[in-house]
Amino acid sequence: MRRRVVVALLLGGALGGAVRLAAQSPPEIRISARKFEYHPAKATTKVGRPVVLVLTSEDRIHGFKMPDFGLRTDIVPGQETRVTLTPDKVGSFTFFCDVFCGDGHEDMEGVLVVEA
Amino acid sequence: MLHQDRRDFLRLAGLAGVTFTAGLFPGQRASAQAGSDFHFVQFSDTHWGYSGAANPDAEHTLEKAVATVNGLARQPDFIVFTGDLTHTTDDPRERRARMKRFREIVSALSVKDVRFMPGEHDASLDKGEAYKEFFGATHYTFDHKGVHFIALDNVSDPAAKLGDEQLAWLAADLKQRKPDDRIVVLTHRPLFDLQPQWDWTTADGARAIELLMHYGNVVVFYGHIHQEHHQMTGHIAHHAAKSLIFPLPAPGSQPKRTPLPYDAAMPGLGTRDVTVAEKVGLVEVPVSKG
Repeated sequence: MRRRVVVALLLGGALGGAVRLAAQSPPEIRISARKFEYHPAKATTKVGRPVVLVLTSEDRIHGFKMPDFGLRTDIVPGQETRVTLTPDKVGSFTFFCDVFCGDGHEDMEGVLVVEA
Repeated sequence: MLHQDRRDFLRLAGLAGVTFTAGLFPGQRASAQAGSDFHFVQFSDTHWGYSGAANPDAEHTLEKAVATVNGLARQPDFIVFTGDLTHTTDDPRERRARMKRFREIVSALSVKDVRFMPGEHDASLDKGEAYKEFFGATHYTFDHKGVHFIALDNVSDPAAKLGDEQLAWLAADLKQRKPDDRIVVLTHRPLFDLQPQWDWTTADGARAIELLMHYGNVVVFYGHIHQEHHQMTGHIAHHAAKSLIFPLPAPGSQPKRTPLPYDAAMPGLGTRDVTVAEKVGLVEVPVSKG
């Protein structure tokens, strides 16, 4: 009986930790890339709040570059690329593909809206 | 070349283009260029194969530019093409067909010493494979009348990098130069961060500039941004050329880097005549031969 209580307490503690972790996990914004667009092309988040960008590609290697936040990464097909960002300013910030992908590459962009 | 000589040159050339005067080689000793004046013409961003509203005359613009340069009263010593010879296509056969036709058109140039380099439209989708078949190496050096020319490839890597290997090659080449040698760098994309929000950069361009900073007489000519632009990084001058397909807006002047509306007079298109001497005028040559 005493042993079961200990296990229950341990389990309860572990679960509580998981709940706390879940509560603290930053929200995710999933963005998919393909020639020559991002979907969605517009996403919204809050200033000062961490957010995880989950980036995937449907066709080939693309880039994801957002110079206003010093952020860039490749997006490789078949895998999730996760980038954590804590925007420190309000506004609309363009992201774009910086891995040349064909006729339309120059138009492949989206915008992250950071609200107060 | 002295200023008086330059006026003679402009008169002889019969050019109506806008001139830009600059000390190309700020650290040059006066004795270094005696008897070595020459000039070359820069073509850039011809985008052969483009079809669209930004240039309804796209099938003829390059031919007109070739005719205009052939009409210069004083022919250049040589001609350089700083990339985007062709407009991109996903079809490898069509890419080669465009390169073949491009080569045929420019073969009409009277000056036969022509140096090519790729832009991302030529080389990024196949890492320069087709380009090399038609035009040879994507980075190389040559010397002309005491000036060392270095053509850098910042497009065969689709992520717009020069790469460690090419940077090592550049460093090894520069080690053979003296600090006051005259060096001209030719490339497609800006080596510095001109407008990062429009991807007008080279990912590792700062490393190339760092290598070049040890030399007192360096100038860079590039394309990519489809407009005349002049900027300094330290003592190094960077000069972007107009395109021969459509002009793009000034860096950061509007939200998107969309082409400027077509103007039948094509004021935003042209080639450039570069005189290499102590004090130099860059002469912008409009597309005028109809």
